[in-house]
Parts: sequence; structure tokens; C-alpha cells
Amino acid sequence: MIALALDAFVQAATQANGLEHLPPPPSGGAWFLATVVKLLLTFTIYMIGVMMVIWLERRVCAFIQDRRGPNRVGPHGLLQSVADGVKNIMKEETYPSQAYLPLFVLAPVMSFIPALLTWSVIPYGAPWDSQWGTIDTALAPMPIGFLFILAIGSLGVYGIVLAGWSSNNKYSLLGGLRSSAQMISYEIAMGMSTIPVLILAGNVSLDRIVSQQGGWGLHWNAINCTIAWFIFMIAAFAETNRLPFDLPEAESELVAGYHSEYSAMKFSMFFIAEYANMMTASALMATLFFGGWDIPFTMWDNVAPHTLLKTLVTFAFFWVKIMVFVFIYIWVRWTLPRFRYDQLMALGWKFMLPTALTYIVVIAGATLGLEFAGFHPDSWQFAVAMLVINLVLTGILFGLIDRGRLISPSYSRLDKRDLAKLRRARFDRARFEPATSEGGAD
Amino acid sequence: MAIGVKVLERPIAQTSYVRATLQGMGLTLSHIFRDKVTYQYPEEKWSLSPRWRGTHRMLTNEDGKAKCVACGLCPTVCPANCIKLVPGEDENGNRYPLVFEIDEFRCIFCGYCQEVCPEEAIHVGRHYENSEYSREGFVYDLERLMAQTHPVCEMWDPADPKGE
Repeated sequence: MIALALDAFVQAATQANGLEHLPPPPSGGAWFLATVVKLLLTFTIYMIGVMMVIWLERRVCAFIQDRRGPNRVGPHGLLQSVADGVKNIMKEETYPSQAYLPLFVLAPVMSFIPALLTWSVIPYGAPWDSQWGTIDTALAPMPIGFLFILAIGSLGVYGIVLAGWSSNNKYSLLGGLRSSAQMISYEIAMGMSTIPVLILAGNVSLDRIVSQQGGWGLHWNAINCTIAWFIFMIAAFAETNRLPFDLPEAESELVAGYHSEYSAMKFSMFFIAEYANMMTASALMATLFFGGWDIPFTMWDNVAPHTLLKTLVTFAFFWVKIMVFVFIYIWVRWTLPRFRYDQLMALGWKFMLPTALTYIVVIAGATLGLEFAGFHPDSWQFAVAMLVINLVLTGILFGLIDRGRLISPSYSRLDKRDLAKLRRARFDRARFEPATSEGGAD
Repeated sequence: MAIGVKVLERPIAQTSYVRATLQGMGLTLSHIFRDKVTYQYPEEKWSLSPRWRGTHRMLTNEDGKAKCVACGLCPTVCPANCIKLVPGEDENGNRYPLVFEIDEFRCIFCGYCQEVCPEEAIHVGRHYENSEYSREGFVYDLERLMAQTHPVCEMWDPADPKGE
């Protein structure tokens, strides 16, 4: 059985694909030049993207609250982030007298860099079949791209924990501790939720994951493994410390959490890191579950010739997908209130992790079964079968969540057992407390 | 020791997190497309009530002189003691103010001066944007009060209480 599964794996991994017939990447000077240009482009576009996302957040939150938001600096306030950046650079840097300075200074950088690093492996457009060779749009088209993202993504927590600890402030420390607990809990669910994607792609290279989803849009993993996407999205919310999981900041409880003691540009770095993380998570969601740069309902982007025009169009389409997810992030943030700490942990460990594990088994079984039945993973029958399976599973899952005590609010309906326990406690109290003239009446 | 807990048995529709979340998301999305309530202040101004009591204004008669006859009623009635009046008299025996100053900082904008004025000379006006670079700038003298052009406050009329 295992041998057969492995065989299916190898088959899927080695299977011929349109993109694999491309010529090799350029070498020597052309490679160097291409890399430098990609480096500059990636960084510039990314930082401008962060600025735009900050603007979008402020604008959308204002709209949700029936306000107008920033609309003075530049057209529709688009340059507001530039003005804020200039302001933050000119402000005074304050250092708490009891802070541990080396880490205090290092922490903002440590939370900012991992968010940036992740982008070096994400392919954000179709490869360009140029005259010097195939130029990948990813800065570093690594064969272990996805593992690299998991590894780097986990580093983000260091910046926050160290910021909380080195500030020498109890609220900062609490924020940092919460953050580490939260990130570790959700990292596991997040990693587990992506296993079905890797099973379907048969590879951890992001290029391969994207090309496996290419085509008409029927093979997008959002259709093939919906619940994995659902879990990934929730975990990504927690990973980026966005509401409803913003316990590390928790402004109503912890002042401002881990960055209470930070000012000026160092605070700005945390701020940028938060939005950078948000964009990274959106890009990952687009890459893993929504076909990356793939344009749905057309084969135009998946077949030769791979011209520069195709690269640019797919690049634009990738950004559209990212912005949709960013909008969902913002929308959720301005809708949902923060979870309690125990709710957060219960959701991560008791719901998402078991669901993700079960889902791996289901998807692996379904893939294997379908391949035994003779459906190729790239055929439309396979995709339709997966779609049906996922529709049923999603229906069951949401039915269960709806009826269960997923978030356990204080007023939620209790199990019969818990109810009996509570009633017994009341009874016991009446029996064991000595009846006095004034106290026993209750 | 556990205490007695009041357990409310509510239907699923009220306790479901998913349904509440989706409802909330729908609500916030609908707010995105609603009219905004913010006034774009310097360009778009709040419409003032006809009885708005703001910056003072001294009305003038046909030959451009202040209507004030320096009777002294307004400094008397002023609860904030912000009106300074030094009366003078010309060769025809007409009284006029030699000095008439209102300290806009001390003023509480009660409008008593307008109510008490027998000549309908001093008024509070429908105007509120009076910022200055120094505190001295807020002491308005007679020329400055006469130079104001904004509409004046319409006093409450008992015969027409809604101002129609």
C-alpha cells in the first residue's frame, strides 16, 4: 500500500508539464544582471505594496466606520504612508533606561526581515522565455521553496518575543509571551494544512505547486482542498497577529503589547513588518490555494510561447489575488472582536490541528483512490471528484462548527455532561456548607 | 468551590459563532458603501443655526458710524465682564463710545449684550472661525467689531418659537 502511494507520488512529481520544457536559466553575466534587476524590482514593488496596504487598511477601516480616512496627501491620500514615514524618521528615538539595548534595537529588524525574505521564493508571474534563457520571476527559484517559507516564517516570532523581553516592561513581556505561544500553536496547524497541497503537487517547489494548479482554474487547490485553505487562512490570521488573533498587541489589555516601548522608526518597523507579513500570507494563500499567477478560465497563460507580456499580465493577476486577500484581512479585522486566550488555544489545538490531520488522511485517501480508479490528477474528472468531496466535507465541517462550542462563549450551549456537573456543584455546595441563620438561605 | 451557575439554554441560531461572524461581515461590508458622515471641514462647513451665538459684530448706521450710544447696558449685563466701554459725547450732545472693546477669550457667548442693547448695535454673530497668533489679537476693538460682515444671531421670538 505504502509502495503504491509512493509510486503515485513519484508519478505525480515527474509528470510532464508545459513549463518543464522551457530552456535552462541564463548563466554568467545575464544571470547576474537578471538577479540584480529582480532584486531591485522585488524590493521596490514590495515596499510600495506595503505602503499601499497600509493606506488600504486605513481607508477601508474608515469606510467601514462611515468615515473618509486619509484623503489629503496625494490623490485619495495615497501618499499618506510616505508622509508618516518621513514623520517617523524625524521623530526622537526613545530608549527605556532599563531596556536591554542590543536586543531592543535588533528586535524590530528581526521581525521585519523574515517577512521580507519570504518573498524571495514566491513566483509572481509566468517565467519569461527570453533570448538569454528562461528567467524565473521568483528571486531565488528554490526547489525547496515551501520548506524555506515555513522555516523563515517561524523566525518572525523572535522579533516579537525579543522586543517584549528586552523592553523590560511587564506588558511588553506578556505580549511577547502570548505571541510565542500563539505562533507556535498555529504554525503547526498551518504546516499541517498545507500537506494536502503538497500531496496533490507531489513536490515542495513553489513553481511545481503553481504549475500543478495551472489551466482552467479547475485544479486550484482552493477547490481541491477547500478545508486546508480554510485552516490555512485562519492560521495565517494568527501568524500575522491580526484581529481576531491580535493578543500580542491587545491594546485594551497590554497597552500596546510587545511594542509599547518603541517609538519613531523602530515602531514603524514593527508596523511595516505587520503589513509585510500580511502581504506575505496573502501571497502564500494565492500561491498555494489560488493557482499563484495562474489566470482562471483560460489556457493562454499556461502554454508557450512564454513572452514578456504573459509574465507581466500574470504578475498583475497575482497582485489582484493578493489584494483580494489583503482586503479580506482588513475586512475581518474591522469586524471581529479579539478572542480570549483560552479560546485561542482551544481553537488552535482542539479544533484546527485535529481537523488538519484528519483532512490530510482524507485527501491522501481520495487521491490514492482516484488514481486507483484510473483518474489522472491533471484530468477534469479528478478535479470534479475532489470538488464534490470537498463540498460534502465543508458542509459537514461547518455544520459541526455551527452546532459545537468552537469558540466557547460564556453564554454558549453546554454539553449535557458539563451541565450536570454544574448542577451537581450547586447541589454539593448546599449540602456541605454549614447552614447558618443568615448565610444558608441562598 | 464551584458556585451556582445560571445556565441559559439558548437556541443554536443565537449561539453559533459562524452565523454571527457572517452576519457581522455582511454588516461591515454594507457600511463600506454607505454615505460618509465626516465633514471635509475647511471646504465643507457645518450649517449654523440661525440662533448661533459666535463672534461679535457692531452694526453701523447709514453714515457708517457705530449704532452704539454708549448707554452702558451691555458691560453691566455681561456676566463674564468682557466688555470695556468708555463713553464720550460730541458737540451735539450725542453719546458715542470712545473705547469699545470685547475680549473674545473672556466672553461666554451668552448673547445678553445683544438682548439688552436698546439700539440693536452690538450683536453676536453666526461665525466661529476666529483664530489668532497672539492672545492680544482676541481683544476686538470698535473698528474690528464694525468691520465684521458675517450674519448676526436671530434672537428667539416668543411669538415664533420655532423660527419659521
